[in-house]
Amino acid sequence: MAEIRLDLAHAYHPNPQRDEDYALLPLKMTFRDGGAYALLGPSGCGKTTMLNIISGLLQPSQGHVWFDNEDVTQASPQKRNIAQVFQFPVIYDTMTVAENLGFPLKNRKVPKDQITKRVGEIAEMLEMSHQLDMRAAGLSADQKQKISLGRGLVRPDVSAVLFDEPLTVIDPHLKWQLRRKLKQIHHELKLTLIYVTHDQVEALTFADEVVVMTRGKAVQVGTAEALFERPAHTFVGHFIGSPGMNFLPIQINGEICSVHGHLVTIPDSVKLPEHATKIGIRPEYLRVSPTEQPGTLNAGVTQVQDVGTYILVTCQVDQTPVRIRLSPQSQRPEPGDEVYLHLIDSHTCFYQDEELV
Amino acid sequence: MELTLSNVSKAVSGQPYLYPLNLQLEPNQVTVLLGATQAGKTTLMRIMAGLDRPSEGQVFVDGTDVTGTPVRERNIAMVYQQFINYPSMTVFDNIASPLKLSKAKNIEEKVRALAEKLRIDMFLNRLPAELSGGQQQRVALARALAKNAPLMLLDEPLVNLDYKLREDLRAELSALFAAGDSTVVYATTEPGEALLLGGHTAVLDKGSLLQYGPTATVFHRPASVQVAKAFSDPPINLVQAHRTETGVRLPNGQEMPITLPVQAPEALTLGIRANALDLSESANNLQIAGRVDLAEISGSDTFVHVQTDLGPMVAQLTGVHNLALGANLCLNLNPEHVYVFEPDGPLLVAPAMSGEVA
Repeated sequence: MAEIRLDLAHAYHPNPQRDEDYALLPLKMTFRDGGAYALLGPSGCGKTTMLNIISGLLQPSQGHVWFDNEDVTQASPQKRNIAQVFQFPVIYDTMTVAENLGFPLKNRKVPKDQITKRVGEIAEMLEMSHQLDMRAAGLSADQKQKISLGRGLVRPDVSAVLFDEPLTVIDPHLKWQLRRKLKQIHHELKLTLIYVTHDQVEALTFADEVVVMTRGKAVQVGTAEALFERPAHTFVGHFIGSPGMNFLPIQINGEICSVHGHLVTIPDSVKLPEHATKIGIRPEYLRVSPTEQPGTLNAGVTQVQDVGTYILVTCQVDQTPVRIRLSPQSQRPEPGDEVYLHLIDSHTCFYQDEELV
Repeated sequence: MELTLSNVSKAVSGQPYLYPLNLQLEPNQVTVLLGATQAGKTTLMRIMAGLDRPSEGQVFVDGTDVTGTPVRERNIAMVYQQFINYPSMTVFDNIASPLKLSKAKNIEEKVRALAEKLRIDMFLNRLPAELSGGQQQRVALARALAKNAPLMLLDEPLVNLDYKLREDLRAELSALFAAGDSTVVYATTEPGEALLLGGHTAVLDKGSLLQYGPTATVFHRPASVQVAKAFSDPPINLVQAHRTETGVRLPNGQEMPITLPVQAPEALTLGIRANALDLSESANNLQIAGRVDLAEISGSDTFVHVQTDLGPMVAQLTGVHNLALGANLCLNLNPEHVYVFEPDGPLLVAPAMSGEVA
């Protein structure tokens, strides 16, 4: 196992000039030894590029990769001692489950009794012990993918295990069980795991820390809680949570804050950051009053949806839609009603140039 | 436009795909066909479109029998899971094609207005292959909307897109449907999508139509345990229970006060939706002790899988909760939030709906 350190950038074409020319903008990052990480972002955000640079399938166009302070920038995936699991099962149909699981160990000439022992442990964790002597050919797609996962985890001495959307082929009803397995295995084996996905549930559930990426940039590295409560970038606020965070432009002048020309109340517990130009507030935390109160902002309700577990209210503040999540028990407004928003409290985030201040 | 299916069924080489059903779609509104894969959604939609002929029964459009009238003789717009566009035409020409066919006026203006609404106006001169999947599906949607057909059929149109894109497009589509006057049929496997689209929902399961009604009503008042299962994500927790003098007794001996109708049988099935369980403690509520199997975090919600002595259960908690694997916790259940079903399915008791006096 290793601590992985990156200080690099990558462009697929020579002489990158503008930000758009980079698949991965200059970044510095450290993956802790034994940590579970997820790289999360929409397609084209650079997450797979980063994974391929870590594994050694791709060499960064500038900068370095270190594994435990050893510069491995030029080293092949084999040299880096990396295990990988891909979207689709890669297994040998003619071999048994046990032979498939033990293959990486056999390749490295590990003694037979040790292979049997380790394969037994991994099969136990994946609940495949009863299938060890079966031919892989007869298994379902998700069983085969379980073998791929097991083979990725079988070598105790790898620097890291990299996963590229490994649960794509898994039936939705079985996904949570495999997520649980992966989490359990991480607790037991303490391997460094890096997991690429565009699915927020997968990332937030699996990882200790999530790297959120957009347009070649890692905009935040944080726990699920940090990404939800304190998004470091407006993209994170938008991307995490359904619906995402609401954003409104503000003007701050000393102790006074106004939104669309309305003065809004600032609770004593909140200190106004001087240069903020935007506030972000989650639909879950936005409080509304049915009648006007000092320091609130009025908004016209355009849509009220009963989403079953909560009521989703959409209102308009000067062309900007603002969404509010109300509990089913609360009093619900009607489309056309005017509501009054309490915009600033301890949950409100302030932004300048899309970054949290 | 009024679409009515009368005793429609479909069998393929003796295999029943759709059992006889009657359905009168709410005119000029959205109807969601909700069901798992193989429930019969696509089969039903193809019959509505005239792509397939029902084995039995009739299809009426505004009172006229159109059973067997082929799709090209009917004015219908369709959108499929896969993005289908004319590969050699620009985005503009793709959207304009139904307008040209119908010899519409102001084609340029109409195409631009639709493209703007679906945020693809910057790609009008490009070919579909030069766009991302989400953008290509927007082109297909814009073309379907351009046709302005009285009946629009959408078969899981967002299933192949990233969830954030899905969220944005779904909101745009429901606004467009509300603004237009087409009768829209929208198939999905996701209960959450049905609720966000609103309108009416028809719940299908294994080829049978189980229930049809306003979406929120079907969700809050599922006619049977089968509907409740099809219309719950995460899955509804089901617990077998026995009737007592004051309510019900659970298999672990715990009792809960619930007012049951007089005809309620001895054996009952309780349905507990994931959001009825939380971690707060209240004296009147039932406490269910358990151990965490996994906490799945979506950001806005945490779905906690818990092993309890009532079996495995799922609780939906608002916000981010970091609960370690194997941690002990106590789920809290308000008896007023419990559904009660007869053992073979029909609903006996449902919780009060929001805005309703209990």
